[in-house]
Amino acid sequence: MRRIVVVRFGISNVDSVVRAVEECGHFATLSEDPEAVAAADVVIVPGQGSFGEAMERLARRGLLDALDEAVRRRGVPFLGICLGMQILAATGEEGRSGGSPGLGWVDGRVRRLDGGAERVRIPHVGWNEVVPARVSPLFDGVAEGADFYFVHSYVLEPADPTVALATTPYAGGFVSAVQVDNVTGVQFHPEKSQAMGLRLLANFLKEAGRC
Amino acid sequence: MLKTRIMPVLLFKEMTLVKGRAFDAWRRVEVPQSAIRVFNMRGVDELVFLDITATLEERLPDFSLIDDLADDCFMPFTVGGGVRDVDTVGRLLEVGADKVAINTAAVEVPGLIADAANRYGSQCIVAAIDYRGGGDRPAEVFVRAGHQPTGIDPVPLACRLADEGAGEILLTSIERDGMMMGYDVDTAASVNEAVNIPVIAAGGCGSYQHMADVLAGAQVGAVAASSIFHFSEMTPRGAKNYLAERGFPVRQ
Repeated sequence: MRRIVVVRFGISNVDSVVRAVEECGHFATLSEDPEAVAAADVVIVPGQGSFGEAMERLARRGLLDALDEAVRRRGVPFLGICLGMQILAATGEEGRSGGSPGLGWVDGRVRRLDGGAERVRIPHVGWNEVVPARVSPLFDGVAEGADFYFVHSYVLEPADPTVALATTPYAGGFVSAVQVDNVTGVQFHPEKSQAMGLRLLANFLKEAGRC
Repeated sequence: MLKTRIMPVLLFKEMTLVKGRAFDAWRRVEVPQSAIRVFNMRGVDELVFLDITATLEERLPDFSLIDDLADDCFMPFTVGGGVRDVDTVGRLLEVGADKVAINTAAVEVPGLIADAANRYGSQCIVAAIDYRGGGDRPAEVFVRAGHQPTGIDPVPLACRLADEGAGEILLTSIERDGMMMGYDVDTAASVNEAVNIPVIAAGGCGSYQHMADVLAGAQVGAVAASSIFHFSEMTPRGAKNYLAERGFPVRQ
């Protein structure tokens, strides 16, 4: 049986991700054990909150090496959700976390959404469109421009725009999903996006099964 | 485009869901588990669950109940009631709340919103503001489930809590709660204009038209409603269809 590990490293609602994986017909383990993460067949990193603090916690628990072992060396499928997508960047946003280094698996930086002159409200909370930027099995059966649930103030801005899997039209537009090889990140919450979210998660797990 | 959210509110008291009038005269409506399952099936945008006696009874939220409820909740789940410190916020997030609403302690415990936002991120901290008055009369914030006056106007309080790091404001007119007479559009508009975070208008919804009135009149991004979903044939789906026909962006 494939070991799907949901990495628990900070305080956020990670139970929902495990439940959503179950709802997709798979079984996931919630773990903060570096050995379990290093040996996983599929790794999911959810999370919310501060970039710098997340990286610090991962480092403190020995999870950075474990993630590197599983995802970079063994090449197992990885899904980062919300903050789990943002930490893929090489650098966090200046100021809040002092530009602390991220995983660096996606070349880019994290920036705060800019409400601009039109006073677009930040955080971005609620249902918004996810518009595919290229064809991907992740979006099989997902209606084009379907709404997914977002709740965040920061986004990952990739240096190479071609890694974008999808964009979302808010605060000038931002990249809401990325994929580089075996690494996928989504800024929205598939585990909270009902039918479309579960579909997307099932697609990820199905593709992960082919690897 | 960001969609307008329609958010059912579940009020929890003595192991059951209740609905009252003006924060009083509570009637039992149903058990929370079945309500959540129904709303989940109906594709509701987001659900708010408030334990309305936790603070009055000086007890913590029922974490194991919330854990159970969250397991069935594949939609965003905001939980409030009895949150006095940052650790309680963390425990609620751990058992499955996506966001935590803070009402009394947001006023009574200086720095709580800031601490919670710093630790867990603004996006999961909802400042719940209950008030009486509004319209022709001055509005005044009340805490402790509407029992305790504070002498504070909701507009400066909303600004202060947004500055401290709250990610959303849940604004409830106590006097309109359960009366199904329409939202207090003026106060919702004043608060919404004053802050740059999302505002959810609550209290008074008795029809789909009331939702349209406050969405258009106050420009808020979300409406919360309770009585109409408990005591009428009206549904979140019906509300969305009504609003979509009138040009409001809703998730179908």
